[in-house]
Amino acid sequence: MLEAPAIASLTILVLALFVGVEIITKVPPLLHTPLMSGSNAISGITIVGAILAAGSDSGMLSTVLGFIAIVMATVNVVGGFLVTNRMLAMFKPKKPSQS
Amino acid sequence: MNESFLQSANFIQSAYLVAAVMFILGLRNLSSPKTAVSGNIQAAIGMFIAIVATLLDANVVTYGVIIGGIVVGSALGAALALRIEMTSMPQMVALLNGFGGAASALVASAELLSQPETGAVHDGIIPFAIVVSVLIGSITLTGSAVAFAKLQELVGGGAVTYPGQQFVNGALGITLLGLAGVVMMDTGNVNAFYGVIGLSLLLGILLVIPIGGADMPVVISLLNSYSGLAACATGFVLDNSTLVVSGSLVGASGLILTQIMCVAMNRSLGNVLFGAFGAAAVSEGSTGEAGAQDQGNVIAYTPQDAAVIFSNAQSVIVVPGYGMAVAQAQHAVRDLADTLVEKGISVKFAIHPVAGRMPGHMNVLLAEADVPYDRLVEMDEINPEFPETDVAIVIGANDVVNPSAREDEGSPIYGMPILNVDSAEHVFVIKRSMNPGFAGIQNPLFFKDNTMMIFGDAKKVVVSLAEAVRNY
Repeated sequence: MLEAPAIASLTILVLALFVGVEIITKVPPLLHTPLMSGSNAISGITIVGAILAAGSDSGMLSTVLGFIAIVMATVNVVGGFLVTNRMLAMFKPKKPSQS
Repeated sequence: MNESFLQSANFIQSAYLVAAVMFILGLRNLSSPKTAVSGNIQAAIGMFIAIVATLLDANVVTYGVIIGGIVVGSALGAALALRIEMTSMPQMVALLNGFGGAASALVASAELLSQPETGAVHDGIIPFAIVVSVLIGSITLTGSAVAFAKLQELVGGGAVTYPGQQFVNGALGITLLGLAGVVMMDTGNVNAFYGVIGLSLLLGILLVIPIGGADMPVVISLLNSYSGLAACATGFVLDNSTLVVSGSLVGASGLILTQIMCVAMNRSLGNVLFGAFGAAAVSEGSTGEAGAQDQGNVIAYTPQDAAVIFSNAQSVIVVPGYGMAVAQAQHAVRDLADTLVEKGISVKFAIHPVAGRMPGHMNVLLAEADVPYDRLVEMDEINPEFPETDVAIVIGANDVVNPSAREDEGSPIYGMPILNVDSAEHVFVIKRSMNPGFAGIQNPLFFKDNTMMIFGDAKKVVVSLAEAVRNY
């Protein structure tokens, strides 16, 4: 029923889920907030689809929807990575001079 | 047009593969605070590679709109990220979740609605993927908007319930699935498609309004997962493996966090989503058995009284909660901790998984206030230390230190893992008043003989506490 590309994508999906579970369970609760904002930035990958929709000459409607999607996805990407960086830079170990 | 090597499908696909690998490596580096900063940068580089590769795609012919969108989005995103207060991080994440979901839904919508122009025939799994992307993406958008409004206190944080709520949501959900089926059969049925969008947007609102403020960590985690799953579905629509990989990574991440939050509250996901916890408990429990019973006397202390006890203490554990965030007291708390350390007292922080409004909320606030992260200790690790601790200071936390969860089988929070502060020699509870927490559950901790209440605004109390300790 499913054609080859769909099966290939499904294979990738399942394998990626396993990889995701493996690496995410190793993130300590200490960093769960940066994990959320960082993974948020990664879900901004949908910008790839937004660029294709806006730039590929598929009619006015597609361009407009694509443009809005680009703006939102970019907020996600830029905002997500920047705020994650800002947070992670705050996590410091005990200084040797302090008791 | 001559297709150069850079524009070839193979090159672009390889670039996508590199991007996906960078995401995985980046997330893996989040496993330690030492490597986390570079992990985040790795993921950002991966994203940059993916965007540049897409711009090279031969199908992309007009660049003005794209550049415009990226410039506007970058300005908005950067302004948000650099200005947001650390206490408002849950709102920020809710907003980003919503935008991510919406962007995926828009891309899938554009694919379906441009059919007349492109002449694309959607068959196989694509109609299904389009509908899933639009459905999840739209629910994520409005659900996150409601979560944002609750966290920002634009609307009341409590659970909004009305008679027949489950029935209304159920009926809407079934209608939505029916319409979704119609669109899957015939992607040309634009009206049914608009129906799917409208109902999904509505359902996103209705599903989140009955969820109370303290259950927000679960909702935000779940919406985080949805934004990833929507991106994943969009990957199927465009037959783009980077979207599938990244979307599933984020989906898995959100689901794991959701699971951790539910376990930390000893509740099922269904109970969190449909139990309307805050509202139900207030109507049944607040004036019920626990409240009516004479629980003994409350001992009220002043910061000066407390300083006397600190003068004999060797070990202190601080238990922060949402009240610390509300009062913006994290810097004052750090100052108090430093003062105690100067007096030769060991100070640790006990972090409950659901303290605050999102996973890891307390850690970020204390890191912002320059508390070294090796002082921040997880629940399971610190619980055995309370019996040997002289003073536990509870700052703006309530349910996560409620002994009823351990002892009272009739309590709504029975079975929830808690921080056993009551086994410390002395417990200071800094609280505005005797009002019970969000769920209206009375806290027997406040009536114990070794518990001293210090009433007032968390920040003011902590500041005068530090002062009293210094002057003692």
